[in-house]
Amino acid sequence: MSTDTVDTPPDLAGAALDALESEAIHIFREVAGEFDRPVILFSGGKDSTVLVHLARKAFWPAPIPFPLLHVDTGHNFPEVLEFRDALVEELGARLVVARVQDWIDDGRLTERPDGTRNPLQTTPLLDTIAEQRFDAVFGGGRRDEERARAKERVFSLRNAFGQWDPRRQRPELWNLYNGRHRPGEHVRVFPLSNWTELDVWRYIAREGIQLPSIYYAHRRHVYRRDGMLLTSGPWGGPREGEVVEERTVRYRTVGDGSCTGAVESEARTVADVIAEVQASRLTERGATRADDRLSEAAMEDRKREGYF
Amino acid sequence: MDRQRSHGSADLLRLATAGSVDDGKSTLVGRLLYDTKSVLADQLDAVRRASVDRGLSTPDLSLLVDGLRSEREQGITIDVAYRYFATPRRSFVLADTPGHVQYTRNTVTGASTAQLAILLVDARKGVVEQTRRHAAVLALLGVPRLVLAVNKIDLVDHDETTFALIAKDFTAHVTALGYEESAVQAVPVSALLGDNVVDRSEHTPWYVGPTLLEHLETVPVREDPHDAPFRFPVQYVIRPRTAEYPDYRGYAGQVASGVVRTGDEVTVFPSGLRSRVEHIDTPDGPLAEASAGQSVTLLLADDLDIGRGDLIAGGAPPEVTDELDATLCWLSEKPLRAGARVLVKHGTRTVPAIVTELTALFDEQTLSVSDAPRSLALNEIGRVALRTAEPLPVDPYTDLPRTGAFLVIDQTDGGTVAAGLVGAPLPVMDTRRDLVSPGP
Repeated sequence: MSTDTVDTPPDLAGAALDALESEAIHIFREVAGEFDRPVILFSGGKDSTVLVHLARKAFWPAPIPFPLLHVDTGHNFPEVLEFRDALVEELGARLVVARVQDWIDDGRLTERPDGTRNPLQTTPLLDTIAEQRFDAVFGGGRRDEERARAKERVFSLRNAFGQWDPRRQRPELWNLYNGRHRPGEHVRVFPLSNWTELDVWRYIAREGIQLPSIYYAHRRHVYRRDGMLLTSGPWGGPREGEVVEERTVRYRTVGDGSCTGAVESEARTVADVIAEVQASRLTERGATRADDRLSEAAMEDRKREGYF
Repeated sequence: MDRQRSHGSADLLRLATAGSVDDGKSTLVGRLLYDTKSVLADQLDAVRRASVDRGLSTPDLSLLVDGLRSEREQGITIDVAYRYFATPRRSFVLADTPGHVQYTRNTVTGASTAQLAILLVDARKGVVEQTRRHAAVLALLGVPRLVLAVNKIDLVDHDETTFALIAKDFTAHVTALGYEESAVQAVPVSALLGDNVVDRSEHTPWYVGPTLLEHLETVPVREDPHDAPFRFPVQYVIRPRTAEYPDYRGYAGQVASGVVRTGDEVTVFPSGLRSRVEHIDTPDGPLAEASAGQSVTLLLADDLDIGRGDLIAGGAPPEVTDELDATLCWLSEKPLRAGARVLVKHGTRTVPAIVTELTALFDEQTLSVSDAPRSLALNEIGRVALRTAEPLPVDPYTDLPRTGAFLVIDQTDGGTVAAGLVGAPLPVMDTRRDLVSPGP
């Protein structure tokens, strides 16, 4: 056989998406049936937007029976915040925002010398989970993203410190999820566990899901650092010697503006993006996330500490 | 689009791998990913760098899949890792399970949803104790198809006789476990060099069967749901109580087996009340029928008291009982003894239960059973009698896995301590059953 083309015939892709959608909806309904205070982590990125779309389908025609939680680093792309607010209004949902800035202001967190706030999100997240007594926290994490994530269960038990212990994971059998936890503990739930980046984009195309505009090609002033194209913002700008140029770019992931890079791209539509993802020779994190490049086990270390 | 036609997931194959330590399982999975071009440049660069750091001359493909720090340090796989790859013909979800004895519980995790399992053996060693154990666990869980990958075929000079003997030995073992010969495919491979994984090997001209990937792409996996009775565990009751939907009352769930059509007569268990399916609802519009695997919402003709934990069923009814005769694969370091109080999660219902008796212990090595063990230890498979606080609607696991499966949960720490299967899924245990308990 030839593997030169990775094009899946459209009807087959549709059937695979049906199976993934059904699995995710099943997971949402299990959590709604067994937990008292679930919440959806919502960043405005494509994975969490797909998550919200699936939650809507799971409980239709009733509204989503839980709130959304945004951990706001303060380093946001304005397009993403606008998108977030519009979606929340359309859903009529309750949005809880945990602002990293508040934690810095009252001294519970200290700004890092490099200015990035991605690693600082863990404390506000855990504090908010504890304060609001959330017992199930939906995340858009996918196992294809990264090697440590590949080993995480759909229902991932976290202790009172929000920590993930890979050696103490529960066996996960059939589609019988075990969400039992002690007071103070919570469960992270990943309905998109079995989706790939391409599945997410194909589903966005099929369902006509709206995304923040920065996922599509646009002109932007960027500068190169660490092999990535960064943009100026409240988090700072180019250092001495870093040249700002205008390029046609798009974002493959949306995170803290200080460490999320753009990729050069002409993909202006969902179909263009799908074609680009199929042809890409880099993973989305490898292409755009400085925080994952810190070490071979960067993500594993952050997950153990309670990161998403 | 025509959802009805496209729903079956024949295009999505869920598979698991199993093998002993050092059989090269991570390398085989790495090879599958690499040769199907599922590994991207930055991942490969990371592997190249790490391989050079370890003093290796060629990239160690197992580093692609060993995700945790201690795994890379020890060169072993600790936990189930899920991998994704696709070809023009199919998408694959692969559960890569560890080979150590102490982590057999992960093999159960990886295999419980698998439609096919790849068992690896080292061509120089052939079928070993671990292979037999893993095959028994796969048979217990009812994984429909097996592939025997005889790895490191280059290290036995691509010898046909060696391969044939191993394949024969394996086939004898798994047919004793209840597999048809047609459900088993043996392939000679070298994961390290790529022979017969994706590309056909020039060194095994005597082998006329498919390469591993060709087999994975073409093996039939779709079962006709029309043959099975309808089962639908109710997950959640949808009641919008909005101006638009003031009286809507829908039962949300995923079809566990069979097919349901509008107008079908159904029975609700455990109550035994009957009704008729008035609508099969989805956010994309109503359906005329829904089959196994689909998440839908059912609206019934009668206003019954139905909630999470109930089972809506059609066709041959399940058995409603509070006395379960079951097989357990024990997954906890704390052994099970008769009299233990546990929780049983079956479908969407969780009930307290007492393990009243341990009736037999299974030896996966010899496929024999011993009578009434004093305890069931980590990774042991045994037969038990359970009494539940409320009656459960169950099916034999071999007939309907989704409604024949249950979790055993520790009451105090909430951990999952056993995979439970209603009845006796292993054929050998069936034979023994008559000797152990001369039933009614």
